[in-house]
Order: sequence, then structure tokens, then C-alpha cells
Amino acid sequence: MENRFLITLEGLGALLAELKGMGRTLIGPVVRDGAIVYDEITGLRDLPAGWGDVQEAGRYRLEKRDDGALFAYNSSPMAWKRFLHPPALTLWKARRRDDGFRIESEAQAPPLHAFIGVRACDLRAIAIQDRVLMEDRFRDPHYAARRRDVFILAAQCAQAGNTCFCASMDSGPRATQGFDLALTELLHPEHRFLLEVGSEAGGRLLSRVPHQVAGEADWAAALQATENARAQMGRHVDTRNIKTLLYGNAEHPRWEETAQRCLACANCTMVCPTCFCTAIEDHTDLEGSEARRVRHWDSCFTSQFSHIHGGVVRAGIASRYRQWLTHKLASWQDQFGTLGCVGCGRCISWCPEGIDITEELAVIRAQDQNGAGEDA
Amino acid sequence: MDASDPLCPRPAPVRAVHHETADVFTLILDVSAIPGGAAFAPGQFMMLYVFGVGEAPISISGDARDSRTLAHTIRAVGGVTRALRNLRPGDVLGVRGPYGSAWPVAAARGRDVVIVAGGIGLAPLRPVIYHLLRRREDYGHINICCGARSPGDILYTGELQRWREEGDMQVMVTVDHGDPGWRGQVGVVTELLDRVRCDPANTLAFTCGPEIMMRFTVRKLRELGIAGEAIHVSMERNMHCAVGFCGHCQFGPLFVCKDGPVFPWPRIAPFFGIREL
Repeated sequence: MENRFLITLEGLGALLAELKGMGRTLIGPVVRDGAIVYDEITGLRDLPAGWGDVQEAGRYRLEKRDDGALFAYNSSPMAWKRFLHPPALTLWKARRRDDGFRIESEAQAPPLHAFIGVRACDLRAIAIQDRVLMEDRFRDPHYAARRRDVFILAAQCAQAGNTCFCASMDSGPRATQGFDLALTELLHPEHRFLLEVGSEAGGRLLSRVPHQVAGEADWAAALQATENARAQMGRHVDTRNIKTLLYGNAEHPRWEETAQRCLACANCTMVCPTCFCTAIEDHTDLEGSEARRVRHWDSCFTSQFSHIHGGVVRAGIASRYRQWLTHKLASWQDQFGTLGCVGCGRCISWCPEGIDITEELAVIRAQDQNGAGEDA
Repeated sequence: MDASDPLCPRPAPVRAVHHETADVFTLILDVSAIPGGAAFAPGQFMMLYVFGVGEAPISISGDARDSRTLAHTIRAVGGVTRALRNLRPGDVLGVRGPYGSAWPVAAARGRDVVIVAGGIGLAPLRPVIYHLLRRREDYGHINICCGARSPGDILYTGELQRWREEGDMQVMVTVDHGDPGWRGQVGVVTELLDRVRCDPANTLAFTCGPEIMMRFTVRKLRELGIAGEAIHVSMERNMHCAVGFCGHCQFGPLFVCKDGPVFPWPRIAPFFGIREL
């Protein structure tokens, strides 16, 4: 069965309109506040036509392009977890009654979303959060309700940013699964999109808009686009034995050195597409008759994160940075069977100090104490 | 209430409140209205919710044979635990659980047992003692070593006496600071371990207390010749969710809420000595 097709710019517009007509809220890239973020879009005209970005450690700038490309930007400061694992969420409400109180779950049907323009690294990130929040011993009903029916239109990367390293993490640049449809934007000789079908829902949607079967030349052009992205990848990580490398270097002096720069601002954890940690806050109304529990994103960089009675376990910033990085690349593997980093580079671009996870890993490997990262 | 929502507490009335020491009390909760009651294994914990105040993880300190009530011995140290202290019989709180791993009590059959508790650490070990007492003849020597800050901080004093006199258990107590009326031992709990009666090759050891106390306890138990695999440790870390979602309780690769709180020593030994982990 053919699963590669071509649609025109108008065809893409029609596809978005179809999705919207099916009652879905479209979430896609838009330009706002000098960045490309994900928000509700009405259709093609809201997409960031002709915008790209330049990213470096601690730096993100939009840059105008002259080709009208819709998906020529790199990692957004926003990750899709905002919509699947919201930054703040009411879990339940409790109301006081004569005989005590009654608790009602707030786990309910969320809006039916379609995600437009999900990158390969972010598809992997979604799969990683699925594993954490739905596929372990307990299932988070709030995440599951948002995740279940989401439609995903992926966008294959035709370029990579300077902070990208998905190729090192084996999570990109080409998406091969986890989407309903995946587009590759082709700009020459004319503006068109190669579409790969990843699910029945994707195939059904495509059948409702004008399309044609893609030729070999179109497919070759799409693959070349991804290869261009791979070649542009600005960062690299050597992941060999990375778990034992980090476990074996828990007392490495580099943690203290990096702590001198780290502000413990938590930016890296907020932009990270896999960071899932949350805190609970209980709120009551003024009468004291109603209480609600709110879950919000938390960060292992805050001092209170590791609070137990009598004090804070990770009192210093060095231990918090070590916790974050070791969790991403080492203990995540023991916990969930995958790496917790997808190589999107957000933490590098959005660190106000420009601390670069790839550089930190390279330094620890180069000054490996007791050969922890070497082959057994 | 959505029964499938693991984040939603269920209401449970307080049946009784016992005052143990100046800042420690025991709540007896009626969970008979909860489908399935609250069947638990010794070592597990519950999340207790005080309306409008918040939730805290609290170990279960009662008898696992009784699934209609839950006993929780609590030290009032924070906002939620202080609010728990203000509860009276008939008040309703919210409960979730039980959660976490258990002391391997079944493995104690035919063996000697050493229980080492520091302060409130005796609370999650009391269900073990109840379990051992039920078929006392199935076990060899049973040693209970308790450390407390002061004589007034010793928990379950009446029961300690009964366990000693009627339970054929060697119960030893030491305090950090004595008072004029104190005739017992003063010193750290590890000093009691010199007096335990056990065959180190056939002994199971359970310990719960401050981390520094457990570190020295494990060292001493190892010196006595007890194998690392036979030593079990209950850990404490910050917990918000108890189900592995919030990330707060991570200890190296382990989630204390779902992989612990009770760990065989070899599982946590590689991480135990690392500062601020």
C-alpha cells in the first residue's frame, strides 16, 4: 500500500480545515513575543510563514527567511507537554458537608486536540512521558485523557539548530513512528508537502483532501531534507556507557564548577519536553467550605524540591544539577528503560548562563574518574 | 469519586486518638466503608489528607490482620501533621493507599530477627512485631533495639514492656539524653547491637530511623556478620503523589514511593553514602 503522498499548500490548508471541522482544536506554531510557540491556530494563515530561528547556548533569535517556509524553525521554547501534562491542573475538588467532606475527581474529557508540526525529538519525548505517566505501575488519568485522542501531524526537520543533537540521542532527525501524518516541507521547485501516513486516522484524513501519490524523486527529496538536518546538527553527545559514566562520577569536581554558573532558575526543566516533576498545592475558598488540589510543574532545581522534615536533601546547587543530568541520562534508563533526553537542545538555548548539557557530558567523559564510562 | 483515579483520597473517619509522647500521637481510622478496606503489608504507608490543609505520607503502624481500621503514629512536625494532631474522634480525613514495598516478614520464619528503630522509626516496624508475635514459635530470637532522644520520647512504652515480658523478645531501649529518673541506657542505638542474641548466618534485620542512624546500624550489623541481603532499610524522601508521578522522592534510580520505602540493603548501598543525593 502506498503511504507517501504529495499535497499542495492549499491541500495542507484543506487538511487543517478538515481537522477543525472534526471538532478538534488545532495547536500549532505561531510567532509570539519574539519566539515560535505552540498555541491554538485557526488554519494555514496562522503558521509562521518565512520565519526561522538561530539558537546558541543562552541565545534564541527569530530570523526572517525569504522562502515562505512554514516549518523552517527549530526547537520551540515550548514543549507539547504543556497540552498533555499541563503546567497547572486541578486534580480534584472537595466540599465540606455535615458528615465530613466529599471529594470529586476533576479527571474529565479535555478538549480534542490536533498537534500540528511535532518534531521527531518531541515525538520521542511524548513517548517517554507516556511511559512515565501511563505505562508504569500507576496510570495518571489526567494525562491519559489528554493523550488518548490527540491527532498528531508531525513535521520532519529539513534543518537543524546549533543546539540540536537528536541524532546523537537516536530520536531524529527523521520521525518514523508516533504520528498520524508526517509532513516534509519541500520548497523547490514549488512549495509542496510530502506526507507519510502513520495511522488509520491519518489515512482517513488524507483521503478527504486533494492529494497524489508521491514519486521516487519526491521521496528522495524528502530524505535529503532530513539528511541536511542531520549534517547541520550543532551538538553531539557520546552516549556509550553513559549510565555507568554518570553513576561512577557522582563526586566529580565538575558538578561544583558548573554550580558556580548555574542559577538554579529551573528554565531547563520548564523547557525540557520530558521533565515531568510536579508539586501539589491545596487551595481553599475564604469560607473554608471548598478545597481544591492543584498540581503544577515543579523543578528539581528548587531548594524545596527535596525537603523532608528537618531539612533539604539537596542543599547545594551542585547536587541539584547532578540530580537533573544524572536522571536524564542514567537513572531514567533504570527507571523507564530509555534515555530521558531526546536531544532537542532547549535546555542549552534557554539557559540564561548558556550551560550546555553536551559540554558537561563531554567534560565528565574526558575527565572520567575511575574509568566508569569505559567498556567493561 | 472516581475509583480509578489514584490521586483522589477517600474519606475515612477518625475512631480514636492516642497520645504517645509530647509531640507524637496515634490516629485510629475507620476504613470499613472503603471497598476492600485497607489491606496492607507491614512497612507500607498511606497518604493522609486534612481538609483544606494538605496531604502527608504516613506509615501504617497497626496490625495488618485488621483491615477495617488503620493505625498511624505521627509526629507533629509540619503543617499537615500538626493539623492531624487536632483531629478528634468523628472527624473525617482523606486517605489514599496503601503504597510502597513491605518488610519481608515471610522470610523471617525459622530465623532470628533484629529490629532497630530510631525515634518515630518504630512506627512502621510495629506491624512487623505484631506479625511475629502472632506465631512467636515460628521464629528464633527476636531483638528489638529502640533509640529515643529522651525518656519522654520513647514510643509505645506499655507495649515494649509487654513484648519483653509476654512476647519472649529481647527489648532494649537507649536514649540520647537521660533525665533524673532514667535508670536505663544512655547512648546511641548501635551500642545496643552488641547485646543482640542471634545467629548472624540465620538472621533477618529491619531498620528504620534517621539516615545517619541507619548508616551506622547497617555498618554494625555487617560487623556482627549479618549479610547485606538480610538487612532491610526503610527510607524517607519528600513525597507528593506516592505513585511515581511527581518525581520528588527519587533516590538515585529509585522512587522511594513505589520502589520503597523498604529496600534490601544491597539495592540502596551504592547510593547511600553519596552526599545530597
